[in-house]
Formats: sequence, C-alpha cells, structure tokens
Amino acid sequence: MNTTADAIAVKPANLTADHLAQDQSTTTTVGEISSPNPRMRCRDINVWYSANHAIKNVSLDIGQNEVVAMIGPSGCGKSTFLRCLNRMNDTIPAARVEGSIKLDGQEIQDKSIDVVPLRARVGMVFQKPNPFPKSIYENIAYGPRIHGLTNSRAELDELVETSLQRAGLWKEVKDRLDAPGTGLSGGQQQRLCIARTLSVSPEVILMDEPCSALDPIATAIIEELIDELRQQYTIAIVTHSMQQAARVSQRTAYFHLGDLVEVGTTDDIFNQPKHKLTEDYITGRFG
Amino acid sequence: MSPSLLLFIILAAMGLAYHIGRKRAIGVAGGVTQINRLHSLPAYYGYYAALWVGLPALLLLLFWTGMQGQILTTLTLAELPPEMTAELSEGQLSLLVSDIRNLADGNLMGREPSAEVEAAAAHYQRLQGIATATLWALVGAMVLAGMAWAWQHTTPSLRARNRVESIAMIVLVLFSSIAILTTLGIVLSVLFESIRFFQMVPWTEFLFGTKWSPQIALRAEQVGASGAFGAIPLFTGTLLISFIAMLLAVPVGLLSAVYLAEYAPRQVRAWAKPVLEVLAGIPTVVYGFFAALTVAPFMRGLGESVGLDIASESALAAGLVMGIMIIPFVSSLSEDVINAVPQSLRDGSYALGATQSETIRRVIFPAALPGIVGGVLLAVSRAIGETMIVVMAAGLAANLTANPFESVTTVTVQIVTLLTGDQEFDSAKTLAAFALGLTLFVVTLILNVIALHIVRKYREQYE
Repeated sequence: MNTTADAIAVKPANLTADHLAQDQSTTTTVGEISSPNPRMRCRDINVWYSANHAIKNVSLDIGQNEVVAMIGPSGCGKSTFLRCLNRMNDTIPAARVEGSIKLDGQEIQDKSIDVVPLRARVGMVFQKPNPFPKSIYENIAYGPRIHGLTNSRAELDELVETSLQRAGLWKEVKDRLDAPGTGLSGGQQQRLCIARTLSVSPEVILMDEPCSALDPIATAIIEELIDELRQQYTIAIVTHSMQQAARVSQRTAYFHLGDLVEVGTTDDIFNQPKHKLTEDYITGRFG
Repeated sequence: MSPSLLLFIILAAMGLAYHIGRKRAIGVAGGVTQINRLHSLPAYYGYYAALWVGLPALLLLLFWTGMQGQILTTLTLAELPPEMTAELSEGQLSLLVSDIRNLADGNLMGREPSAEVEAAAAHYQRLQGIATATLWALVGAMVLAGMAWAWQHTTPSLRARNRVESIAMIVLVLFSSIAILTTLGIVLSVLFESIRFFQMVPWTEFLFGTKWSPQIALRAEQVGASGAFGAIPLFTGTLLISFIAMLLAVPVGLLSAVYLAEYAPRQVRAWAKPVLEVLAGIPTVVYGFFAALTVAPFMRGLGESVGLDIASESALAAGLVMGIMIIPFVSSLSEDVINAVPQSLRDGSYALGATQSETIRRVIFPAALPGIVGGVLLAVSRAIGETMIVVMAAGLAANLTANPFESVTTVTVQIVTLLTGDQEFDSAKTLAAFALGLTLFVVTLILNVIALHIVRKYREQYE
C-alpha cells in the first residue's frame, strides 16, 4: 500500500531487452506515472493467476478528462490491469490482486468496498460487443433499473434517449427501440454497449480493445466517440492498434510481460520513446 | 457350405481386390513416383475394385438366401401328389412343409414320416444341393467379373474417388432410412390396429367418453362386463400425475441447475453433478417399488395423522416419485443451457454493477429460456410416456378426478393391463391398447411440435 511512490523512476535508455529479461523483478517504469489531476491512482499492483505472475509492480495514474491508452504485445497484462480497475478480476476464482488502487482517494481494493456501486462508477466496454439478448431499449434500461436510478417510465425513457445520444446511436435506432440489440451491426452493437455503460453515469470508463472486432468505418466512429466522451469521463483504453492509441489518447502506457515499461504523453511515446523495448514495439520490430 | 462361409469368402475377396486395385492403379500410373498422374489416390482405386467385387456378390447372396426357402418349398409342394395338398388348410400345409424341411435337415421327428413326405424331403434336399452349387458358382463368377471390370477400367482418368464416395453416400442414406422406415412401420401398424378398434367402438365415445371399463362380456349373462371405452379418465389421470411430477421436478431441477452452474465451487460441482445424474441411471422399476412400498404408505400415514384420506395407491405418491425421476433431466439439460450462455454476457452485466442474482434473473435466465423450455417439455413427454412407476404405484381404477389423494390410472398402465396375459387380438379390449397408444403418440408429437415452436420463436428474438 505504498502511496509515496509518485517519484519518477528513470531508467538508462540504452538498456536492451536482454538486460531486462535477466532483471525482470526489479524493472521500474520509465516516464511519468502520475497525473496532475488523477481520478484513479494505482500503486504497486501485482496480479497472479494461480501461480502465473501476470502483473508485476505496476503503478499508474489515470487522470481527469484524459484518455490513457495501454499498448503492448499479447499477454503483456494490459487487459488484466484494466480489469483490476473495477475489480472484474473478482469474477475469476484463480485471480489474486495485490497493491493499492484508489478512486478519488478511496481504496477500492478494500474488502469492505462493495463492488456494485464501484462498477457503476467505473464502467467497462469489452473487446467483443456483448449486448444482452433483449431489445435495444431494455439493453440500456437494464443498468438504471438494477440501480434504481429512475422513478418513472418517462425518466427512464429520457435516460435511455440521452445515453443513446451520447453514444451517437440514437438517430440510427430511435425508430426501433424494441428490436433486439443483437440484430444491430457490430459497430452499432459496440456503441450500444457504450451507451449501456453510460446509462449508469460512470466517472471512469474502461475499454478493453473496443474496436478489435470492428471494421475500419465503425472503428473511426467509435474513436470519434471516445474523443467526445473525454470531455465528461475519464477513459482508460487497451488497444492492439498503435495508430488507435496515437489517435485517441493523451497518455500512453507500454506494457511488456507484466511490466509497465514506459509511460508518457502519447506524443513522446510515439515520437521519442526512451526505452529500447518501447522503441522496438512502436517501430514494429516485434509484437 | 453355409451362406456365412460364402459371406466370409466374399469379404476376403474384397480385401484382396482392394490390394490388387491399388497395385493396378499404381502400375497404370507408372510407379509410386507417378501417382500424381492418377485422378484419385491409389487407395480409392482399391476401394473401387473392392466394391465392384463385393457389392454385386453380396446383393446376390442377400437376395438368394431371402428367396431360396420360398422357391424350394413351392417346387417341392408342386412335386407332391395333388390329392395330398388339395384339402389341407393353411395351418396344416405349413405343418407339412416344416415336416419336410425337418426331415431334409436331418432333425429328429416325433412320428414316423409317410412315404410321400420322405420322397418330398429327398427332393427338397436335392434341390437344395443344386441351389447351393448354383449360388456358389454365380457368386464366384460375379467376384471374378467384378475384378476383371475394375481391372479393365482402372485408368488414370477414372474418377475413382467420386465413384467410391457416391456409393458411401448411398450406404449412409440406406442406413438412415432404416430408422425412418422403422418409425413409419410402427406408426402404421398402430394406426391399422386402431382403425380396426374404431370400427368396433366409435371414436367419439373413445375420445369423449368418461367411463373406462374395457371388460367385454364373453357370455351373454356375464355381469359387470359391459365394455366402456371412454378414455378421458385415463388422460386426466396421466395429466394429473405428470402435473404433480413437473410441479416437483421443474423447480427442484431448475434451481439446482442454477446453483450448480453459477454458484457452486468447482469441487462441489465435481461430485454433486454425477450424484444428481445417478438419479437418471436408476431403473424405473426400482422407482416403481420405491413409490409403491415406501412413498405411498408414508403418504397415507401422513394423511391419516392430519385427518386426510389418502388412498394407498394415490396419484400423489406416483407423481412425486416420477418427479424425482425427472429431476436429473431438467437439471442436467438446464445446466448445459445455462453454461452455454456466453461469459461475455455475465461480464457485461457485472461491469454495470449488477449482482450475481440480478445477472442470473435478468440476463442469463432470459437468454437460456428457450433451452430450458425445451428441456422441460422433453421431461413432460417423458413423464407422460413413463410406465413402470405408475403400473406399480398408481393403481388400475379409472377415476375421473382431480384430487391427487385418490387413486387414478394412466394411459400407459391401461395399455400394459390390456396387453399382458393371453389375449385375442380381435377383441375391442385388446385393440383399445393400440388406440390408446396412437392417441398417446399423437399427444407427445403435438407436445414436441409446440416445444420446437417455442424454442424457435425465442431464438429468433434473442439472436
């Protein structure tokens, strides 16, 4: 529970991948991990899946009104890290999370914290669109209903409409709210899932490769949407596409084999990466 | 010189033909290195040769063994002096034929055969010898001809694979039609017997009559055997018992499925699921005496202690035990369906802050509903068709009642009682069993159609 680890740890830039492999447990992150206006503050996160050490001593802030992108090769732990932020790892029996994660200064790892309101505050959008097998309307109304957010049908109708509008889906579906959500196209389904997340008024939105199952046009629409949502929400996004990270994020974190190798502004990471591994990944030498 | 030896020889010839055909194909191509000149792999030419060698011979063998007895008998009977066969009835004739055959096969007979029969038997034997020799010669010729044909036609351009695979498909079609034709045969035989029944008893009486008493008077003065064939009490009895069974099995099965699929730790599931499925492995006759000897007396005792009059063969006891029997159907089918709901839906719901029970009630359950409904309807048709438990525990009295404490009887119980023992198959009493069977079949069929319809309707809505 180390909250004083805000210090910036800089590593010699000429360190090679070989050095890192020998020296993994002591890897420290290159770059500025803290944010001037943090909503979520993670310190020394370790995650194990049974005996597999999936995340090693990761510390990272996610700031107000910014999009933080997490990139890295497959299996580097970026999705696992994301799932720590709303305790989705609780649903995996073999997973064990250690370290401190604070949302607005409040420790969420605490067992006394109820995950139900936490997950309403920290929403999540998944890799594959996963609309419920219900109508479009019911997909959005589901969250407000279980949290008792509205008092009347009219309020609920309004909430459904605003959620769909924010997700940029209202115009396309307003005439067929009773149609099944699963009947929409892939991109529309993903925006439906974003609208569903927005319906419970979260503060932070986690996105786990939200465009990996979509075509380029649908991806462009979602990316625009992410940029708009940044005005009101704090967003952490995991992506396989470096172009996407460059387009939508303000800060970028590079993960490698469970380590957070480098964090910085998106411009810096893509234009002047300090760490050899980051540079190799960005320039397409591996991953 | 039995047909089975011949069959074995044909199969051996097919094996040999496979090798020859394969070698021949390689030879035609110009050696192992040249097999890409062939249209198909060499093995297919082998199968091609084997099929040409085996199929015609096998078909001949099948046809011959099917027809030989008939033809030989006809020929033998034609040789007998006409005054011997002219006045025989059908039964006597078949007795004579079996005498001749027994004598020909060298079986012992109780009485001394007459000279004519002995002569006929000798004739029969002679014919049999000729027939067998002919068969062997024909089969041998066919095997050789098939081999020669295949040898001649094995060229690089022969589409051996396509030929072989189309024959394989024909074989598959034949086998699947066996199942279909059997079903059709059963349905038709039940149907024809039912039609005979409905010629004796009007179908309106059968379907809408409320009195079931299938004893038919054998003598005019016999009492208490009027013969009433109103099936309504049987169907209400069946429905009552099935309803009680479902009342127990659906909640218990469904809730245990939810527990096993969603809540149970892996270790618990590892032993609880097999234990639950053991219930499905208990023979129904065991359930039957459990119902008759344990549950029914217990129910009666329980009823007495609270002042209720429960019959010792009550619908309640039979229904409850049948419900226990059906629990594993409902739970196992529902659990499979619940497990088949994608994890991503659960994640989506949890990520919105839903609790586990909200997720189950509002997301998983609706998504799994079509499968659950299908499983329940399957269990219902199983309950309706179940026989052994009700034979032992439900009783025979055809009461028209909705009171579960009374004794009722079911369609299946009546079929069993109508058809056990020595029966004449031309009385309305026996034929009633076929009519009941037909009605039961139609009811189950309708139920299955409804089940399919519901499942399909929900599926359209949810995918």
